[in-house]
Amino acid sequence: MKKTKQLFASATLASLGLQSAHADYTLNLMQGVTKVSNDVYDLHMLILWVCVIIGIAVFGTMFYSMYHHRKSRGHKAANFHENTTVEIIWTIIPTIILVAMAIPATKTMIELDGVQNSDMSIKVTGKQWYWDYEYLGAGVHFESHLDAVSERVHRDGSDPHGVPHYLLNVDRPLVVPVGKKIRFVFTSVDVIHSWWVPDLGWKKDANPGFINEAWTQVDKAGTYRGQCTELCGRDHGFMPIVVVAMEQPDYDNWVKITLEKQNEKPDLSDLSREQLMANGAAVYLKNCVSCHQIDGVGAPGDYPALRGSAKVNAGIDPLIGFVQAGTSKMPSFAKLKDNELAAVLTYIRNAPELGNKVGDEIQPKAITPVYDDE
Amino acid sequence: MSVVTAEHGHDHHDDHAHGPEKGWLRWIVTTNHKDIGTLYLFFALAMFFVGGTMAMIIRAELFEPGMQFVDPKFFNSMTTMHALVMIFGAVMPAFVGLANWMVPMMIGAPDMALPRMNNMSFWLLVAGILLLASTLFMEGGAPAGGWTLYPPLVLQTGKALPFAIFSVHLLGISSILGAINIVATILNMRAPAMSLMKMPMFVWTWLITGFLLIAIMPVFAGAVTMLLTDKFFHTSFFDAAGGGDPVLYQHIFWFFGHPEVYVMILPTFGVASTIIPVFARKPLFGYSSMVYATAAIAFLAFVVWAHHMFTVGMPISGELYFMYATMLIAVPTGVKIFNWTATMWKGAMTFETPMLFSIAFVVLFTLGGFTGLMMSIAPADFQYHDTYFIVAHFHYTLVPASIFMLMGAGYYWLPKWTGHMYNEKVGQLHFWLSAISVNILFFPQHFLGLAGMPRRIPDYAIQFSDWNMISSIGGFIFGASQLLFLWVVIDTIKGGTGEKVTDEVWEDAHKHGLEWTLPSPVPYHTFSTPPTMIPSDHR
Repeated sequence: MKKTKQLFASATLASLGLQSAHADYTLNLMQGVTKVSNDVYDLHMLILWVCVIIGIAVFGTMFYSMYHHRKSRGHKAANFHENTTVEIIWTIIPTIILVAMAIPATKTMIELDGVQNSDMSIKVTGKQWYWDYEYLGAGVHFESHLDAVSERVHRDGSDPHGVPHYLLNVDRPLVVPVGKKIRFVFTSVDVIHSWWVPDLGWKKDANPGFINEAWTQVDKAGTYRGQCTELCGRDHGFMPIVVVAMEQPDYDNWVKITLEKQNEKPDLSDLSREQLMANGAAVYLKNCVSCHQIDGVGAPGDYPALRGSAKVNAGIDPLIGFVQAGTSKMPSFAKLKDNELAAVLTYIRNAPELGNKVGDEIQPKAITPVYDDE
Repeated sequence: MSVVTAEHGHDHHDDHAHGPEKGWLRWIVTTNHKDIGTLYLFFALAMFFVGGTMAMIIRAELFEPGMQFVDPKFFNSMTTMHALVMIFGAVMPAFVGLANWMVPMMIGAPDMALPRMNNMSFWLLVAGILLLASTLFMEGGAPAGGWTLYPPLVLQTGKALPFAIFSVHLLGISSILGAINIVATILNMRAPAMSLMKMPMFVWTWLITGFLLIAIMPVFAGAVTMLLTDKFFHTSFFDAAGGGDPVLYQHIFWFFGHPEVYVMILPTFGVASTIIPVFARKPLFGYSSMVYATAAIAFLAFVVWAHHMFTVGMPISGELYFMYATMLIAVPTGVKIFNWTATMWKGAMTFETPMLFSIAFVVLFTLGGFTGLMMSIAPADFQYHDTYFIVAHFHYTLVPASIFMLMGAGYYWLPKWTGHMYNEKVGQLHFWLSAISVNILFFPQHFLGLAGMPRRIPDYAIQFSDWNMISSIGGFIFGASQLLFLWVVIDTIKGGTGEKVTDEVWEDAHKHGLEWTLPSPVPYHTFSTPPTMIPSDHR
């Protein structure tokens, strides 16, 4: 059936002369890689077939009637207008079908709900517009942003064909072990987001100020991709999710390396101007671009421009304090390490693409005293 | 009682058919149900093209992956405004327009029960929509948080927020007044022989829709008022930091929102039940079960709201209840579809444009119903929710259902309203282009949703390219085809084919509705004395 549909689709596409007819598209729900996702898939197929069969019966009757009972064929209209028996039949049969559907649906629903007895917990926090993952009790904590290539391509409007996993790739994926029951807790710090990886078989909203729960147990090592599915503002389309499932030894190793890196002190040695600008561009693309935009013009009414901004082009110390503290509209960026902050400040004050030209460079060491004084 | 009063009122005139106000003022001050119906219908048609233009912008941006034309924020404004304009500016006013024109003529009443309020509800609608449209030009742009206006996102709207909220208030008042008027007319002004169970189905569906509107619009007004006070008066209805809950808004919104979608589909059912029997030359099958099914659907509409929120994090008992209740809707809806099929069965069908639209409605609405049934299965909805699958679902229930039946109603009653026959060839061309392109437009969106494409995104991964391009092509053809409808309407008003239409227009139509016993075109005032007989097909 799937083959036939794909053949038909390819033929349709070919006839339309579309170049990308070979692209990796799907027509049906994916089965996924967990027991739950397979159960959901089975439910989906069951109800789909029920609909197809009812559809064939109803449409078949209609089209038979439209062909045979037409005036142009000389058919004389009958005059019946009710029949209690058939009306009772076509009320009862659908009811029976629905009850039959409700039983497996209830089972799967209860299965989805069972977050108890998990092996580990991950806290997922939605933020405009990236995800924050915290492995509860394990100390691993990081942000997951859209990858730099997709970010740049969608912002400067260039052709995304050829970008690997365009818009479905992140800088740091969520890594989980296979065969372990993982409990997720969801929340948000700003608006409602929704965390969806189709291969896991469900999505769950991340509500600000509240906690939601869900669980998964991935059976197969691999990389699984998804997206935010609750409209969360300007960059809702640009906060993907990537889950990498690893065998337990690989996972343990990943945790070890990640913790080591996480605890490393940042390298605060002086950098060349080119390095500062390059690092700054990367930090800008990850943290600032959503609001202030790739050309620094901001969004009138929503976000101020950096291009030609008095604050950006004035003295450096107030600017450092401003970025670290944030305002009621701009979040605090105290999370940036001194070397990252130095680079991004150098970048916003000097980048030709942002239209600023202060002509200075801020070294990582220049940050620390200001930060301490604050 | 009011029928008698109306008669007495006219006794003062020697000729009861005193005409309309002269000049343009007629269209401002009119209290005539036909004039107001015309105003509503033209306004709705204009908004259909405004909302359609927004849809074209959306489909143009989604034609290819990558960002080509618009900014993501503006894209979000377009999806939000497209929905608001289509729902509150096009579909709902169009049905109110049809009710204004047809309800008095179908029940043998001289006018609506409350003619001055009728005028007011129309002009409040215009004010509301203009206010909404003005937000497009405000600092920070039009609302971009989706038509559901979910907090906290909607509270990030710029200067437009209070204007959008006030516009919702105006639109709500307009709808409530319109609904009260229609309910009052139906309950008080029927011809003496027309008992409730002898009313045409269109009148029945509007009676039930009227009650739905009166019940739900204040709820929506309340919800957006709470948004307003949260934003400007430091309340915390929907803010956890102050003890509120953003999900509370969703519960309130969908308590309005689910009946609201039935407001747009129940009168559609009424139109289909009116047209199909005429062209099948057979009475409507199962009239009373049709009435009860409509009432059952309307009742269920109030108790299934949280199926829009399966992934929001409800207790399992809530999820299961809303799943079962939602599945139940399939039963009365199924009855309606089976009854339309049975009405066609052993008829003597002809396929003029109104019938073609009606048949397409039954088939394509059923498709939308099937996907609705699929989504009622809560665990499966965990996958479908907020993807293009649901975009396909509700567009099937709105475009080839509500919009198609509105077009069908236009073709069906235009000859009666204008006294001229529309151009059947262009009508059929319009139908076939619409019916084919609407499927090219929306069917691929099922595949996109199942493959994992979320809704409301301005750009997408490469694997979604092909179906999006096909969908956009369908969209452009569909959009362009609607210009044919505009042409037909204008052409018919100007004289159409030149063929003189008879009073009953369609063969034996007088058996099916009182309106076909009136002259074509209908005089400015009709049924100043109530008819004593009602059509034989009314039971």
